[in-house]
Amino acid sequence: MLRWIRQQLGFDPPHQSDTRTVYIANRFPQHGHYVPQRFADNRIISSKYTVWNFVPKNLFEQFRRIANFYFLIIFLVQLMIDTPTSPVTSGLPLFFVITVTAIKQGYEDWLRHKADNEVNGAPVFVVRSGSLVQTRSKNIRVGDIVRVAKDETFPADLALLSSDRAEGTCHITTTSLDGETNLKTHYAVPETAVSQSVSRLEALQAVVECQQPEADLYRFVGRITVTQQGEEIVRPLGPENLLLRGARLKNTKEIFGVAVYTGMESKMALNYKCKSQKRSAVEKSMNTFLIIYLGILLFEAILSTILKYAWQAEDKWNEPFYNQKTDLERNSSQILKFISDFLAFLVLYNFIIPISLYVTVEMQKFLGSFFIGWDLDLYHEESDQKAQVNTSDLNEELGQVEYVFTDKTGTLTENEMQFRECSINGIKYQEINGKLVPEGVADDSPDGSIPRLIREEELFLKAVSLCHTVQISYDLDQADGFGDTFSHTNGFSQMEYYASSPDEKALVEATKRMGVTFMGSHAEYMEVKTFGKSERYKLLHVLEFDANRRRMSVILQTPSGEKVMFTKGAESAILPYIKSGELEKTRVHVDEFALKGLRTLVVACRHFSVEEYRDVDRRLHEARTALQQREERLADVFSFIEQDLELLGATGVEDKLQEKVQETIEALRLAGIKVWVLTGDKHETAVSVSLSCGHFHRTMNILELVQQKSDNECAEQLRRLARRIKEDHVIQHGLVVDGASLSLALREHEKLFMDVSKNCSAVLCCRMAPLQKAKVVRLLKTSPEKPITLAIGDGANDVSMIQEAHVGIGIMGKEGRQAVRNSDYAIARFRFLSKLLLVHGHFYYIRIATLVQYFFYKNVCFITPQFLYQFFCLFSQQTLYDSVYLTLYNICFTSLPILVYSLFEQLVHPHVLQSHPALYRDISKNSMLSFKTFLYWTMLGFCHAFVFFFGSYILMGEDTTLLGNGQIFRANRQLMFGNWTFGTMVFTVMVITVTLKLALETHFWTWIHHFVTWGSIAFYFIFSLFYGGIIWPFLHTQDMYFVFVQLLSSGSAWFAIIIIVTGCLFPDVIKKVLYRHLQPTSTQKSQMYSNRVAIGDDFIALQPLSRAKNQLGKIRWKRIRFQSAQNMTLLKAGTEGRTIGNC
Amino acid sequence: MMASSYNAKEEDGHHSGASGPGGAAAKSKKPDNTAFKQQRLPAWQPILTAGTVLPAFFVIGLIFIPIGIGLYVTSNNIKEFEIDYTGIDMSSPCFNCSQNFSWNSTKPCKCSLPFSLDQPFESNVFVYYGLSNFYQNHRRYVKSRDDSQLNGDLFSLTHPSKECEPYRTGSDNKPIAPCGAIANSMFNDTLELYYIDPNETRTLIPLVKKGIAWWTDKHVKFRNPGGNNSNLTASFQGNSKPVNWNKPAYELDADPENNGFINEDFIVWMRTAALPTFRKLYRIIQRKNNMTPTLPRGNYTLEVTYNYPVRSFEGRKRMILSTISWMGGKNPFLGIAYITVGSVCFFLGVVLLIIHHKYGNRSNNSDIPN
Repeated sequence: MLRWIRQQLGFDPPHQSDTRTVYIANRFPQHGHYVPQRFADNRIISSKYTVWNFVPKNLFEQFRRIANFYFLIIFLVQLMIDTPTSPVTSGLPLFFVITVTAIKQGYEDWLRHKADNEVNGAPVFVVRSGSLVQTRSKNIRVGDIVRVAKDETFPADLALLSSDRAEGTCHITTTSLDGETNLKTHYAVPETAVSQSVSRLEALQAVVECQQPEADLYRFVGRITVTQQGEEIVRPLGPENLLLRGARLKNTKEIFGVAVYTGMESKMALNYKCKSQKRSAVEKSMNTFLIIYLGILLFEAILSTILKYAWQAEDKWNEPFYNQKTDLERNSSQILKFISDFLAFLVLYNFIIPISLYVTVEMQKFLGSFFIGWDLDLYHEESDQKAQVNTSDLNEELGQVEYVFTDKTGTLTENEMQFRECSINGIKYQEINGKLVPEGVADDSPDGSIPRLIREEELFLKAVSLCHTVQISYDLDQADGFGDTFSHTNGFSQMEYYASSPDEKALVEATKRMGVTFMGSHAEYMEVKTFGKSERYKLLHVLEFDANRRRMSVILQTPSGEKVMFTKGAESAILPYIKSGELEKTRVHVDEFALKGLRTLVVACRHFSVEEYRDVDRRLHEARTALQQREERLADVFSFIEQDLELLGATGVEDKLQEKVQETIEALRLAGIKVWVLTGDKHETAVSVSLSCGHFHRTMNILELVQQKSDNECAEQLRRLARRIKEDHVIQHGLVVDGASLSLALREHEKLFMDVSKNCSAVLCCRMAPLQKAKVVRLLKTSPEKPITLAIGDGANDVSMIQEAHVGIGIMGKEGRQAVRNSDYAIARFRFLSKLLLVHGHFYYIRIATLVQYFFYKNVCFITPQFLYQFFCLFSQQTLYDSVYLTLYNICFTSLPILVYSLFEQLVHPHVLQSHPALYRDISKNSMLSFKTFLYWTMLGFCHAFVFFFGSYILMGEDTTLLGNGQIFRANRQLMFGNWTFGTMVFTVMVITVTLKLALETHFWTWIHHFVTWGSIAFYFIFSLFYGGIIWPFLHTQDMYFVFVQLLSSGSAWFAIIIIVTGCLFPDVIKKVLYRHLQPTSTQKSQMYSNRVAIGDDFIALQPLSRAKNQLGKIRWKRIRFQSAQNMTLLKAGTEGRTIGNC
Repeated sequence: MMASSYNAKEEDGHHSGASGPGGAAAKSKKPDNTAFKQQRLPAWQPILTAGTVLPAFFVIGLIFIPIGIGLYVTSNNIKEFEIDYTGIDMSSPCFNCSQNFSWNSTKPCKCSLPFSLDQPFESNVFVYYGLSNFYQNHRRYVKSRDDSQLNGDLFSLTHPSKECEPYRTGSDNKPIAPCGAIANSMFNDTLELYYIDPNETRTLIPLVKKGIAWWTDKHVKFRNPGGNNSNLTASFQGNSKPVNWNKPAYELDADPENNGFINEDFIVWMRTAALPTFRKLYRIIQRKNNMTPTLPRGNYTLEVTYNYPVRSFEGRKRMILSTISWMGGKNPFLGIAYITVGSVCFFLGVVLLIIHHKYGNRSNNSDIPN
């Protein structure tokens, strides 16, 4: 019973067997023991809340934040004990913050609900009790037979039973799942494929057994047991039998499938879950600062409590005749009083912790991240892709990157493959005008003549055109008559290849040009047309590509009945298994190709004897039907099969570099970012691409750590390299490491390797497995300096690296969307990285850093006068400001300017930032949130608070001196101030100073800035006049009645306000000016510079600054006009012109 | 998030498949080229350089110094006289009064202090009493009042706020009006000034007791129960007087315009001071005519009816006479502050000018790296 309850509550997972058993159409066996398994329904729930649990759940989640929880505690303390301020003062801001966050989260959840309902309510057709019934998607249960028509998406993970084609195949596209655009063929087992109608499905008796749901899209292990005439037939089920939820049916009229995984257990749902939470460095320092402030708060509270007791030791202070205690107060216990005094001080000073910091930071990140998506410079016209922000939490981290780890293929290069050269049987060939020309032989064969291919060439081309997983898509009108394609001789133009790997596509297209055309596969046959002559090969097995084996094979039956295997793959994955062929020559050729920057693949074949094939077939079948450890067993079998190969040749495919890669890498390097290229390519290919994209310079001293076989050797080599670096430290070094050596180096000599690699300005890692990439990133990430890392890549093999790095960037390339989905930001081209980091990253960092510092500053300013006031009121916890001011300071009077600042601030013109990458170094190492700057802001806050308080104190004298006549035109009166007027004066000065301090920090004044800055001050005045102008019926006291008016009616109060504000900000201005002139940072220099350029006047731009500045003054107004949007081009021209001039 | 992104993609796919070439252009994801979205809003980009700040410094210096001098001179022209009448010293005439204090003595203790003014006080003279070491800003004290009672609310008159404890109900269990510690401890010394002619005749100087409180306090914030014109004695029938008071609130003054809660002395006292040493306006000496000074040079006597005990908390009591200027009372600091800031501005302006000339070229010539 208990167990049942726990299961229902989700504590215990329901009884987990390793497999789930699905009875098709839910026809359970009538006899035998049958334990019904519980499956999730087909409802997709992406929303976090329901109407009922929104309030409690959202509140619970919000109060898990330390700051919110802290304010809740303060609020409760205020409710419980007698505290100086009413609970409203901290309750209202808390309520405000919680409400804003809740509204934001509620809105997001509402969107999710809407999307969920749409998905769950979609109509689907299900076979129930012998007929096709239309129902809603959410009603599908595991075991239901679902019908899906052409171009519909699958409503659950279905095991394919049958399609309208006799052989039981269908085509699907998984674009929305992984972005792969190719058509994939999925198969039904022959026993069910015949059940093409509802009535026949009704008669079908079958059970699917498969593994429990898991997230891997490409893994599915199961088997189907079909009972036919009392005989049980067992067939294996793999990924090729499973139609994933979210994929779309193509080229097929309709299919029937049985739902295996539904709802939240479908692979799509499992994949969208649990994204890793990354936190930015800024957030970490923010939390550190919060803790420091908590320390300050506790210190102030404890100090005040102690002083209170020291001061009040004597009765004449504690309880003078005019201020007696009640009996209750007198008789309460000392310890309780002490504690409640401490809590009261805590409440009094609690606003030193900026309550609205988190909510402002959240708003800033949420709203600010739109600018990335909006940026036209990050928009790629050709592919119609704009930058995409998947998480806004890391905006500022873009300004902190120290290491960039980049993939090569598809990231640095276009991933648009062109076949260039090949090596066949030891002879090198080039493709010229669609013909294969041996090296050294001129292309003299006249056009039109049919080229003769020698046997080796033909075999090679056939191998290339058969060994792949390319699909063909025909135009729609032909797609239905798929069988016709065999008679379709002139279908070249309508035929298009779809491949998951661009290499394969390039190769198949190349063989087509050379006369060996792949015509598509039909049932178990692949058709190849060699110079008009069709040949049909029976496809027996496909040994799929995987990243560990780095090769793939097909086993075919030739028209003559021979069994042959074609293998292609990386040279290191094939050459060791070669038994015969021109091994040495081919190896040389492959290296030559690689040197030219071509991607190489080696092609080999193996002929099976009848016995051999029988053995292979049996082993494969066993491994494929295994339910346990299928992967491992398959790998064993594959390596058993793929040996004793006969070398056919090698191919060289060119991958063009993307635009402006060199400039981007150069810019990153100038910005102080180290670029590491991590690639799976061959050593030579990688180096040559590295050179051509500017990652390695010609002048660089290239160190190599490759092909290390043993630990000791590797360590020795590392020490040698370290010595070399030490010897000539003038030259820049580049390091080349290959995967094998790297794993050796990382196993034992991590530190040594780090030493070497840190001293190299460019590192290239080749032959890397995906997990190794992540390992390298983690190594750097966890090194003592804890640098901020960024990983950028486009393919599924980069995902682990993208997730590992502090910032993961996906390239929206040709290799699908997996990288994009797992990334934090996605861009269309590598070159956009420079703008993303140098401009957006810089801006976001400056914005958020100032935001954080300013928040602490303004709260120190706010609370310290209250602390100082305690020294003058016997530590009686009297507040200096009125409760309403305490409440509204953070949420009304000072909230908007900083938000606007943090959204729009531009320290330097974006173009300057981009053309001077070195400016990026100014903000590296979290410099604006360093302890020094934090101390500066905090001390500034304290200083200002002292000036506010003691300035008002001195100028006010004994309460009467400031308040003079005011009513100049009436009789001269000198009335008295009182404590509330004093507090209001301090508060007024504070609001003005704090707002103006931000104005001093602002370098970019749009109308919005003007509006909120002056608006905030104006709002404070208007509000105060209004608030003090009425006797508020529901308020307990009328302390503030006409206080503000009385204050402002005094002329000398105005004078005092002006002098205090000036006195506060004036030293700050001086400090800024002196630093700018004596120790300018390069950012500050470039500000001057950007002004010059912004004038857009070449004449001024090119002369010395001192002279230019005189003119600058004259043309200041002109400049503003020049900054308008239309003049960007002019400006850009000016910038570039100047840059060239500098160099 | 999951389903929504999934959905979005689905839609994209659907549209690109179905929509014609015309629709494709409209569906382009190209961001708008607006100044806002491209972060290109027209903006003013000020930079604080010596060049821009210098003029500001000189201007501030040039404005602040004259203002400061003006304020300082004005403040210096204000005449102020202060006399301590606490009676700490044995020699002080008020020593006896201060020693023999008891709350329920019926006979007031009187003492007189002679003093002389070296300079005549022109224009209106303001008379203050000053207290030191008196913590009117103690939290327990500040909140010990009931504003709605003081505003004439009849319910609050009989049910004073809890904040007034322990000055909420009198010994006879009747609610106190005005309740609270502030009201209870109202300053109740009486100060009288006599001018002593050269021929030794004492003339009482008339002291005006109206117009010493804020107008809004007197007319809006403070109101007698049942309106200002009703029978006060009847209104306060159900109440007890504050413990330390000699007479109930309705007997504060004979003038009905200045009696009860709207008594100006009371209102002034109820405005709690910000700091433990404070002065409060007591009376105004109106100027009679333009010919004679309000207070001519000569000898005076301050007659004190000594009711208010301060020795228990080491307090001091003072009487202050002061004239007033357009900027208020005597406060040299405002003028000094202006002069200081103004001269520092000016001085730094000069320093910056030198720096600007000496280093300005150097730092500008070295351009940004790369």
